[in-house]
Amino acid sequence: MRVGPGAYLLLSALLFGIGVAGVLIRRNAIVVFMCVELMLNAVNLSFIAFAKVNGTLDGQILAFFVMVVAAAEVVVGLGILVAIFRKRSSASVDDVNLLKG
Amino acid sequence: MTALLAKTTPAEQAELVVFVVLAPVSVLSALGMVLNRNAVYSALLLVVNLFCLAGFYVLLEAQFVAAVQVIVYAGAIMVLFLFVLMLLGIGNEEVLKETIRGQRPAAVVLTVLLLVAVVGALLAGVFEAEPVSLAPANEGGNTQAIGRILFTRYVFAFEAAGLLLVVAAVGALVLGKRRP
Repeated sequence: MRVGPGAYLLLSALLFGIGVAGVLIRRNAIVVFMCVELMLNAVNLSFIAFAKVNGTLDGQILAFFVMVVAAAEVVVGLGILVAIFRKRSSASVDDVNLLKG
Repeated sequence: MTALLAKTTPAEQAELVVFVVLAPVSVLSALGMVLNRNAVYSALLLVVNLFCLAGFYVLLEAQFVAAVQVIVYAGAIMVLFLFVLMLLGIGNEEVLKETIRGQRPAAVVLTVLLLVAVVGALLAGVFEAEPVSLAPANEGGNTQAIGRILFTRYVFAFEAAGLLLVVAAVGALVLGKRRP
């Protein structure tokens, strides 16, 4: 008995699902952000498992770039959160309803 | 169990043991992150999860990405998260009132549907491949091999990523600036 790529993909799917549930359920914008990070990481795990399947390093490079983009996204996202918090004194996603009709 | 283990090499047995230990930890920490009401605990549980993923990357012969995962994710990004958490001073006053009625049950149902679709596709054998050893690709070391293709085939993406990081840094400065 050994660990095939299927086990990693299954785990990746589970983690992605937990991340999706978190984004849909949680109201705190920072926790929603963390759930997005969890989803990105789950996909990274898939990429690296596929790299192992193909026997090439391209999947690992892709995971590396996903990390770069995630870092940029976190910086800008948290900047927006802080800016919103200054205006509204709240980090709940429900309080950002200026565009609501 | 011993008969099952007899057919495998010691390296594969080690991989199995590490996977069996790390997989439940990663899933439980992810669940804890989503379910914990205190955002700081959520952040710390996410760090546990990221460390587990780094372990999986090592198992999958991606040592460089594992190191980057620990340094960038568990180090830099999570520190940024905790910084903002402390800066905003959010306690555990998560609003439990649903703005959209029935959102939470609907969210759980949709997530389960998504999982059924993905796991069903995996179990139906959409993907049944044997892992290939990365030893030829990793010749001279994983980091060296990554560096070789990063600066040849992926050099344009690399430069674009650098530009993206600059734009993100400038954007964060603009967003964080107090306007008079």
